[in-house]
Amino acid sequence: MTLETSHSRSSVGIVEKQYYTFAHPPELLVLENGAEFGPVTIAYETYGTLAEDKSNAILVAHAFSGDSHVAGYYRDDIEDEKPGWWDSMVGPGKGIDTDKYFVICANILGSCMGSTGPGSPNPETSDPYGLDFPMVTIGDMVNAQKALLDSLGIERIHAVVGGSIGGMQVLQWCVRFPEMVRCAIPIATTMRHSALAIAFNEIARQSIMADPNWNNGNYYGGSRPDMGLAVARMVGHVTYLSDEAMRRKFGRRLQDKETFSFGFNADFQVESYLRHQGIKFVNRFDANSLLYITKAADYFDVVESMNKSGPANDTRQNKIKYLIVSYTSDWLYPTYQAKELVKTLKRTGQDVSFCEIEADCGHDAFLIPDDRLSKLIGGFLNGTA
Amino acid sequence: MVLPDSEKIRFDLQIIGSTIEPESRVLDLGCGNGDLLAWLETHKGVQCTGIEQDKEKAAHCIARGLSVLQGDLSEEVEDYPTCSFDYVILSQTLQQVYEPAQLLKSLSRIGRKVIVSFPNFSHYTIRLKLLFAGCAPKNDQLPYSWYDTPNIRVITLKDFRKFSSDVGYTIVNEIAVNTNPANSKGNVVHLLTDLRATYGIFVIEKS
Repeated sequence: MTLETSHSRSSVGIVEKQYYTFAHPPELLVLENGAEFGPVTIAYETYGTLAEDKSNAILVAHAFSGDSHVAGYYRDDIEDEKPGWWDSMVGPGKGIDTDKYFVICANILGSCMGSTGPGSPNPETSDPYGLDFPMVTIGDMVNAQKALLDSLGIERIHAVVGGSIGGMQVLQWCVRFPEMVRCAIPIATTMRHSALAIAFNEIARQSIMADPNWNNGNYYGGSRPDMGLAVARMVGHVTYLSDEAMRRKFGRRLQDKETFSFGFNADFQVESYLRHQGIKFVNRFDANSLLYITKAADYFDVVESMNKSGPANDTRQNKIKYLIVSYTSDWLYPTYQAKELVKTLKRTGQDVSFCEIEADCGHDAFLIPDDRLSKLIGGFLNGTA
Repeated sequence: MVLPDSEKIRFDLQIIGSTIEPESRVLDLGCGNGDLLAWLETHKGVQCTGIEQDKEKAAHCIARGLSVLQGDLSEEVEDYPTCSFDYVILSQTLQQVYEPAQLLKSLSRIGRKVIVSFPNFSHYTIRLKLLFAGCAPKNDQLPYSWYDTPNIRVITLKDFRKFSSDVGYTIVNEIAVNTNPANSKGNVVHLLTDLRATYGIFVIEKS
């Protein structure tokens, strides 16, 4: 008897982070805000083999604090190191099958996981950019990904897939380079932020900017705004969970104690958990990157361009096939926002599938191994082979 | 590439499938596991879309490569542009629709033809049961008790003929069939259809 679960399927194994640098002066990257910027380095990883006709590429777009490390392990990983962030989805025989597809994931512009961001050295001063880093948008991130694909000689992608801010990049791809996209899978995402989503991002930004160590973004080489960043992460983390998930995971249980301490220590498990998440995040993420990426997400708005897009003047071959996925307990980008996207796509005559997945773990559900999502994506991709 | 779960789909779906022109655009409301859509894509090269309320069934359809929206069909039909489909199929769903007149009006906007099938409540077994047993009738096509049925209304062939004309449709084709649920075998009934057909299939278009 063979166990057909995602856990028994194999891993992509050892992978390597690669770098592509472009937009060297004077050929600078023109940003959406009009500024010219360069050079730009994009960290990326690939899995599987690119077909001779280069027709089997799938671009995975990561979420806000993610990176290019989708699956597998690095050679120098310490023992028991976790694999890439979507290892349950990407690999041989998995939802995004690396036996069939050539999977690419690039770290977004403005991040701090290898691509150029506010913590990268400014070639003019050799110091980190800090707030001299330009305000980049989701569109700019997508343009950088397009430059990477151009360098790999890929003219058309079989699919672009991503959750949350990754889903925004998916939608941006569809409106900006529709002729390059065969299938699009935006997951747990929105065409634009609600006031609620902007509000949480603003709290996160303010907590960083209120940290005296932030020093107008100029803290590299000195004390970092760790407290501000930790609080920002705590806020963010709550928005990724749900009432149900938190009730199930923590309830009002106390952390390593029987009675209240009647003080400001972490009495409740949920307090202790959030503090832990905050501290963990400080060790791997740059506060300025959080400011830039959350702002890019807040500015993102494709409602108008999605309404104008569509195959009305297009041939049937150029029609993008969409699969929209939302989660019942996602309160950051609730299902009604996914349904608005579905509505827009229907009105513009696009080929769209939609499924809301029953899950109590909130917005982050798409990152949790789940055979339902793997089957959905795998079947959808096969259906358009 | 769409993989049909089985070559032999339900008999009433085979009849519906046979009335559909190749290469047309089809919307199947309440498409269930997508058997009809998969058959149409494979055998008729049809451009298919389905709407299914049940999350697991909708996910199953998508995972077999079909374009399917999970949602409430009465709401979902509102967003399509006028004349988006050549056929809109309402197979064994009408008896569960809350506002059938409103739905058929919406369908006349988005589709050129509508194909409606439903279990015939004037079948002789139903008539006899009510007459002699005096109980809310059940048969193979309508197997539920009055207290656990998903069907919020019962329809006879005669009722539907009148209804379709009342909501502004003309009947293009009426096919009465005798088959059982989930059965790939059956036959078309030509005589005494109101009494002998277990299902009615109507192809209607806006008058």
